[in-house]
Amino acid sequence: MNYIHKFENYLIENLDIKNPELKESRRGFGDAIVDLGKTNPDIVVLGGDVSGSVRTDMFRDAYPDRFFSVGIAEQDMMGTAAGLALTGKIPIASTYGEFATGRPFDQIRQSIAYSEMNVKICASHCGFTVGPDGATHQSLEDVGIMRILPHMTVVTPADYNQTYKAVVESTKVNKPFYIRFYRDNSPNFTNPDAPFKFGKSDTLYEGSDCTIIASGLMVWESMMAMEMLAGEKISVRLINMHTIKPIDKEAIIKAAKDTGCIVTCEDHQKIGGLGGAVAEVLAQEYPAPVEFIGASDTFGESGKAAELYEKYGLSSRHIAEAVKRALKRKK
Amino acid sequence: MFPNLKNPVFTDIDDLNEMARQIRRDIMNMLLISKSGHSGGPLGLADIFSALYFNKLSLLPENPNYEERDFVFLSIGHVAPVWYATLSRRGFFPLEELTTLRKVNGRLQGHPAPLKTHGLPGVEIASGALGQGLSIAVGAALGLKLSKKSNHVFCICGDGELNEGQIWEAAMTADHHKTDNLTVIVDRNHCQIDNRTENVQKLEPLADKWKAFGFEVFEIDGHNMKEVLDTIDAAKKVKGKPSCIIAYTKMGRGVSFMEDNYKWHGVPPNDEQGKVALSELTSTKFGDFIDYYKDK
Repeated sequence: MNYIHKFENYLIENLDIKNPELKESRRGFGDAIVDLGKTNPDIVVLGGDVSGSVRTDMFRDAYPDRFFSVGIAEQDMMGTAAGLALTGKIPIASTYGEFATGRPFDQIRQSIAYSEMNVKICASHCGFTVGPDGATHQSLEDVGIMRILPHMTVVTPADYNQTYKAVVESTKVNKPFYIRFYRDNSPNFTNPDAPFKFGKSDTLYEGSDCTIIASGLMVWESMMAMEMLAGEKISVRLINMHTIKPIDKEAIIKAAKDTGCIVTCEDHQKIGGLGGAVAEVLAQEYPAPVEFIGASDTFGESGKAAELYEKYGLSSRHIAEAVKRALKRKK
Repeated sequence: MFPNLKNPVFTDIDDLNEMARQIRRDIMNMLLISKSGHSGGPLGLADIFSALYFNKLSLLPENPNYEERDFVFLSIGHVAPVWYATLSRRGFFPLEELTTLRKVNGRLQGHPAPLKTHGLPGVEIASGALGQGLSIAVGAALGLKLSKKSNHVFCICGDGELNEGQIWEAAMTADHHKTDNLTVIVDRNHCQIDNRTENVQKLEPLADKWKAFGFEVFEIDGHNMKEVLDTIDAAKKVKGKPSCIIAYTKMGRGVSFMEDNYKWHGVPPNDEQGKVALSELTSTKFGDFIDYYKDK
């Protein structure tokens, strides 16, 4: 990918794009809270029976007095977290994406978002990539329903390193957060030493023909799409939009002005998520053609992650095609 | 009115009863002004609020964030008028502000609003959507225990509210973590908005339910001031498990035509009804915050 200018500082040094290091983003969360727990006695973690799955078990074992099991009761988990926050603790409430957002929506709305409680909702197992578990466990609406809540910051880090960083940084901000990550191993490619600021996106590659704005695992998928486009002399800018709310309007408007068309990529419904958020900015500030990659108003099904990405139109091939469609729509 | 005083403000039962009656008068006046809001529940809870805020709670109205304060969570946000009247009478904010209930740009929202956005001293967190208060109370109890603090946590729940599953999730969490710094007060008035509680969804045997969930249970007459005071003391002394006070009350207590009538759950009195109500709730030495009928 030496045909375009690479902003090295956002990517790890000597990134081997053909053979990247694989690491779980949920592990980035687990490692972050263990490290935070060492220095900050106010960090407390709530367990909803899936501690091993969401990697809160490491914190539980390291600081048992600061780990509160609430059973399989996500509504209670969110309320308990709010109560802990009232006493000056920084509660981390973690379970699978669907159960962290859909089931306790009213609790999050009233007791956390409206009440502006310093609770960090950290959701693992998001998107299509929980694969074989099927549609009930594939959280494809979580970003949308968290994004519409006033006072909520919504973050979708791209990999292990960025998840670690987002979790650590969130505890320095006295506000409710929703942080979304994934179960499976995925390429770990973001530079742990790169600057990270909520609401300020990372431009990983500069380009002039089209901009891909991606979040979460789809950032890497987009990089693969750019590999495919390399031979066709299409210059693509790639933005890692790790914060969905507040969204980096400036970067979106600049992308539309500089490149004339946009492709959004997310492992989530197109409605309500990153795609919707980008379209809202463009419609108000600088209308430009947008192609959306994501779930097309549909639930998922069982299957391997790669099979589902292929079937539901989220694979790098689909992204490359979307770039070409977007280019054709440019005036 | 007593912003600098720590409790007890009143030790005499008669004073506490009189304050409860004044709180009831305040509730009526607030609802007459707002022409919107709930009558029945607030009237039924006035004795318990008088007992808590003028005798039992550790608090300092001039400093709502007082480190040693006891926490109160009102899980049934719709009875807010009794809380607002009590907080105001206790000195958390000026009595004149009681005229602003449910009014735009006011702090006295229809259901208690969060401190950060609306800033009403004495209210820690929003409530309104039912069933959420006990989880918050358990969280606060856990946080206080972790910090080795001795503040007590009270959560006031409605009986109809106990239909909400989250209450029982929270009860299990309280039991599991042995939060003996937590007392639930159930306002057992047998009424909810649609009908008598047992007609909407069977609740009994309610005391057995709380016992089965690991709580030390007390059953009291929620209008008997001495019983209320003594039971709060007893509940605070429970060790190793959370406590639950089932307070048998009458919705609309003190106003004959509202008493024990579920139809008064969610409506305010009109001017004629208000006049009768205020004549039944005879005036007190504390005085009203407004003479609603002065120019009528």
